[in-house]
Amino acid sequence: MTLLDLTVGKVALVDQVALGSHGQGLATRLEAMGIIPNKPIRVLRKAWLGGPLHIQVGSTTEIAIRRQEARNVLIQKHH
Amino acid sequence: MTCHTVSTDIDTTQAVKRVVLVGMPNTGKSTFFNRITGASAFVGNWPGITVSFLQAQVKINGEPTEFVDLPGIYDLTGFSDDEKVVKLFLERFPIDLAVIVLNASQIDRQIRLPLQFKALGIPSVVILNMADEAERFGIKILADELAQRLEMPVALMSAKYGRGYMRAYQAICKCLASPSAPQTTVLELSVFEAIAPETLEEILTGAVFMPSQLAITLTQRLDPILLHPIFGLPLFFLGMFSVFWLIWQVGLPAQGLMNDLTGWLQTTIIEPLAQPLPTLLQSFLLDGIWGGLSTVASFVPLLVLFFMIMAILEDSGYLSRSAYLMDAFMARLGLDGRSFVMQMMGFGCNVPALMGTRVMRSRALRWLTMLVIPFSLCSARLQVFVFILAAVFPSSQGAIALFSLYILSFASAILTAFFFQGVFKNDEPFVLELPPYRFPTIQQVFLRGWGEVKLFLSRASGFIVFGCVAIWTITHIPIGATGLDTWGGQIGQFLQPVMRPIGIDPYLTLALIFGVIAKEVVLGSLAVIYAVNAEAVSQYLTTTLTWTQAYSFCIFCLLYTPCLTTFVTVFNESKSWKFTIFSLIYSFIFAWGCSFIFYQGASLLGFS
Repeated sequence: MTLLDLTVGKVALVDQVALGSHGQGLATRLEAMGIIPNKPIRVLRKAWLGGPLHIQVGSTTEIAIRRQEARNVLIQKHH
Repeated sequence: MTCHTVSTDIDTTQAVKRVVLVGMPNTGKSTFFNRITGASAFVGNWPGITVSFLQAQVKINGEPTEFVDLPGIYDLTGFSDDEKVVKLFLERFPIDLAVIVLNASQIDRQIRLPLQFKALGIPSVVILNMADEAERFGIKILADELAQRLEMPVALMSAKYGRGYMRAYQAICKCLASPSAPQTTVLELSVFEAIAPETLEEILTGAVFMPSQLAITLTQRLDPILLHPIFGLPLFFLGMFSVFWLIWQVGLPAQGLMNDLTGWLQTTIIEPLAQPLPTLLQSFLLDGIWGGLSTVASFVPLLVLFFMIMAILEDSGYLSRSAYLMDAFMARLGLDGRSFVMQMMGFGCNVPALMGTRVMRSRALRWLTMLVIPFSLCSARLQVFVFILAAVFPSSQGAIALFSLYILSFASAILTAFFFQGVFKNDEPFVLELPPYRFPTIQQVFLRGWGEVKLFLSRASGFIVFGCVAIWTITHIPIGATGLDTWGGQIGQFLQPVMRPIGIDPYLTLALIFGVIAKEVVLGSLAVIYAVNAEAVSQYLTTTLTWTQAYSFCIFCLLYTPCLTTFVTVFNESKSWKFTIFSLIYSFIFAWGCSFIFYQGASLLGFS
């Protein structure tokens, strides 16, 4: 399951960041932004017309991320 | 004569101590830099480094110490343009101390950066900025405990309000007091492997307490409205409209006042002083050099206002949100929402809009945005169009013609972005931090306005005066010649094979050459070229130009290089002659193409 599949408002835990088309560059950036295994993550809202996702990582970091990139963030199944 | 910047070359063997400021974006690093260095900062030239950043000399412990504000980075292993620059800097230039500025409320993830510096053995001080915000979140940080674990001094502070500043300052002083040899860094990335997620946990547990349930903040109340899928965009456009209105109502009259001031100085001081000189020299001083200086001065009020607005938009956190709001559309053009904001600002004046692209940190994204901004129909061009369209169109049709030029301006920008998004390919991922809403302080806003103007004056004024003198030369030589007999006029005649197909005669070509300085000059130059007074120009245009010629002239004016100042700013911001020349040539070809299609199309359809 990826971040894109997560229901808006639900909290999940990060599993890992997959190396997508952006490769290590994106993975490193996401890690620096706090997307690391077992970190709580939540989709606050999704923009319409295929726009980006507004997500919250941990308790104080909010990020806008395109759907393409959100696909690389794998999350743990319900716990 | 070509380079008048006040920047200084720094050699790598320095006598003074060097301190670099590093930190993630949105941590208030620059606010801290301003606080510690006062208003003495300038842009330095570092051999091999193409991104500009500020530096300043401050006395610490009685010794001159150089502070360098490096670009914000997320990670020392990253691949973004800024991250490459910081790595290059650390490898090439010896430093005595790194001041790592972190956002205290995001310490849970930002602690990575000091750990990376520690692994590399760079002497560092950690400043946990925005401590006030962290406190509001209910986050508790034991600075001394953290300092012990990191083996580097840690100070909590709020750079914005100054709380805790003395402690942070003293920590830096103390580190610099001990004798040290400045060192360059060998970036051995394998040392970072030890920094696993568990390591972060270990460092933080017991030293930092994050509340499990956060208090409801202003941001959580505002975002559901401002980022609403339906209301978000109209609110954004309303906001853009008010910004636009402010530039129009305050910025442009202020520019007018500045022109009145330089005009008054010219008639009361400069002209009497130049009186005894020969006519040619008088003209050179007044129209060449003084003209250039007044052009530079006329941008000052607009720049101050523009960057005060930018400071509010940026520091409040709304600019990043505009990127979120507009992304669905802008991503298709290879741009992002911030490009859209700059493009809109460009309708007031292209110059600050180009300078504002600095918020976008990917070079490809910046360049693509800088390529399209000059198509924004700025206020200077508007003056020209209103005048010319009023001369050749009956009243109501004039308004439609003007509106169509706005459409053309938008369409040109969209088409250009669409075609060149593959050339300036932005391969940085779109993951943008949305900081909480914050109220910028008045001091921050004024500092920004003043700082940008200083930067503009120091980097652009030499070029602009030089350009004005060059244009003066070709439009006044040979001595005594006027109109088509000058070099400029001859160039106009020489260019006829190219300009006739778009309906532009040598007189108008000469006006376009004058227009390279600034579009406002076009009208004044027409009076000189036709050798009639300003009021008669309108009459003259009505009788000598067909409406298709006039409209074709307007299209060309809209799309070719806006003005010398824009050209110089494109160079200053891109730091690339190749890109600047490309942007110039492209705009000429595009302008000619559009005028050609219109003029020939209209002729074919039987309009004349």
